[in-house]
Amino acid sequence: MSYADLTIAAAASELRAGTITATELLEAVFERASLTEAELHAYLTLDAARARTAAGQADVRFAAGTPLGPLDGIPIALKDNMCTRGVETTCASQILAGYHPPYDATVVSRLKAGGAVITGKTNLDEFAMGSSTENSAYGPTRNPWNPERVPGGSSGGSAAAVAVGSALAALGSDTGGSIRQPASLCGVVGVKPTYGLVSRYGLIAFGSSLDQIGPFTRTVEDAATVLGVIAGHDPLDATSWRGDYPDAGSMFETGVAGMRIGVIRQLDGEGYEPEVTAMSRAMLDRLTDAGAEIVEVSIPTCDVALSTYYLIAPAEASANLARFDGIRYGLRADGSTAEEMMARTRAEGFGPEVTRRILLGTYALSAGYYDAFYGQAQKVRTLVKQEFAAAYEKVDALVSPTSPTVAFELEAKTADPLSMYLSDVCNIPANLAGHPAMTVPLGLDSQGLPVGFQVMAPALGEATMFRVAAEVERQAGFVARPAMTGVES
Amino acid sequence: MPIDIDIAHVARLARLDLSTADLETYRHQLGVILEHAARVQALDTAGVEPTAHPLGMTNTFRPDEVRPSLDRDEVLSQAPEARDGYFVVPPALDQG
Repeated sequence: MSYADLTIAAAASELRAGTITATELLEAVFERASLTEAELHAYLTLDAARARTAAGQADVRFAAGTPLGPLDGIPIALKDNMCTRGVETTCASQILAGYHPPYDATVVSRLKAGGAVITGKTNLDEFAMGSSTENSAYGPTRNPWNPERVPGGSSGGSAAAVAVGSALAALGSDTGGSIRQPASLCGVVGVKPTYGLVSRYGLIAFGSSLDQIGPFTRTVEDAATVLGVIAGHDPLDATSWRGDYPDAGSMFETGVAGMRIGVIRQLDGEGYEPEVTAMSRAMLDRLTDAGAEIVEVSIPTCDVALSTYYLIAPAEASANLARFDGIRYGLRADGSTAEEMMARTRAEGFGPEVTRRILLGTYALSAGYYDAFYGQAQKVRTLVKQEFAAAYEKVDALVSPTSPTVAFELEAKTADPLSMYLSDVCNIPANLAGHPAMTVPLGLDSQGLPVGFQVMAPALGEATMFRVAAEVERQAGFVARPAMTGVES
Repeated sequence: MPIDIDIAHVARLARLDLSTADLETYRHQLGVILEHAARVQALDTAGVEPTAHPLGMTNTFRPDEVRPSLDRDEVLSQAPEARDGYFVVPPALDQG
């Protein structure tokens, strides 16, 4: 076994015992990357020099017996839409090629302050818009379980890196499923925390009322550890939560006996692959055996959540992406006037999906249409919140499949935007409500592709969500690793 | 449901210099997506307040204090063109 296959918890314990060094751990992770990257393309930038320096500094602290915290010396990758001072940050877009941010995102500062070793920047759908990582201007990431298939998206690079061990954890962002869906398709744990728990400062904005950063890890416990380091109030993000923060890992060992767990009726049926449905139902039986009461709940607005999202997110994106105008950073095309320069820069720099969403959002916000589209969608969002609030009066947590399908083949959905959007149908309600949601791998289907199980909880209900997720993980007992890692399973 | 999208106008508002052929493709695709959105418009939302921040937080204030900003040279180093501490752009106004 390589150190690249250690969980964060195990690595942290070995680092403290002195049985491994942070440098050895990092080299094992880079060795794994050298084995997998040519096929996988999880990374856009591997930042070996800085990572080696950081690992060396961690080793000095371990030798002195003064580690900084649970992530000291742990190799962690970042989705390339998070600003890293002096390290290229592209959002997988041509428009930001060569951009070296003059500051670190708050999550990056928090990871560094905790001693984490940043391995590099991972691939994504351009500006986090997509569900397959095929919209990257720098080429797609492949699924670690079957390179003919997509890893999901938009945080496909982060999910794939964690699945193969070219990082022990990674951060992604989730605006409408962009952490949970790729985590599910790659067979890892992925968490979208409550909106506002993790600062968005330095996260290149997509849909500001929806965006939230969260971790990818191989275990539920590791996810809580990373969340504990990155969550916290930040005065640099005006939407950052100002109240008490939940302790995600406080009920790991509690089990689910006596809990009421709701199954959302609308997230089932047509469009769901039979094996996905069967494996989800089997898990419900096991949770019942573990002492939970499973209750079917109806949340009718789940049927319109996707359409609501595709009014809100593009509208906010069209405003956020107005800043890419060829003046302060990134690409600039020639033009005899400022407007001509901007319009040419943007047409040249943005890929088709980003262009489509900017147009859609601009239209939805334009004079005469604002109330009918964006305004109406924001009201429907209130209805979504109300229906979830009513459901949580009856149950402690909600569950569903994470995605209706397993990983699909490259180019299977690129010609039809709507079919691609449907891949996130189970994930979007939690973004609209601002609630936490996470995915835990259930196992592999008959094609050897991972299936994920989604757990949702009310706002700030991370402890309850992780309590259920920990039981799902115990019941699933998923330990298989992708063949490309060379790990025998 | 407005099926008739003035896509050239929308592209102009968004500062996107697209070809006629591309505009036509996007006009068609937007139509399909907006057709799906008709289900949102059909919902009764009379008397429903819109949600802007999911946790209901409103204004955030901080003390108005002088603090260091990002390093100017580092910021300007990322600009396509900069001179004497300024960003340089083509003329924004008609020079005639």
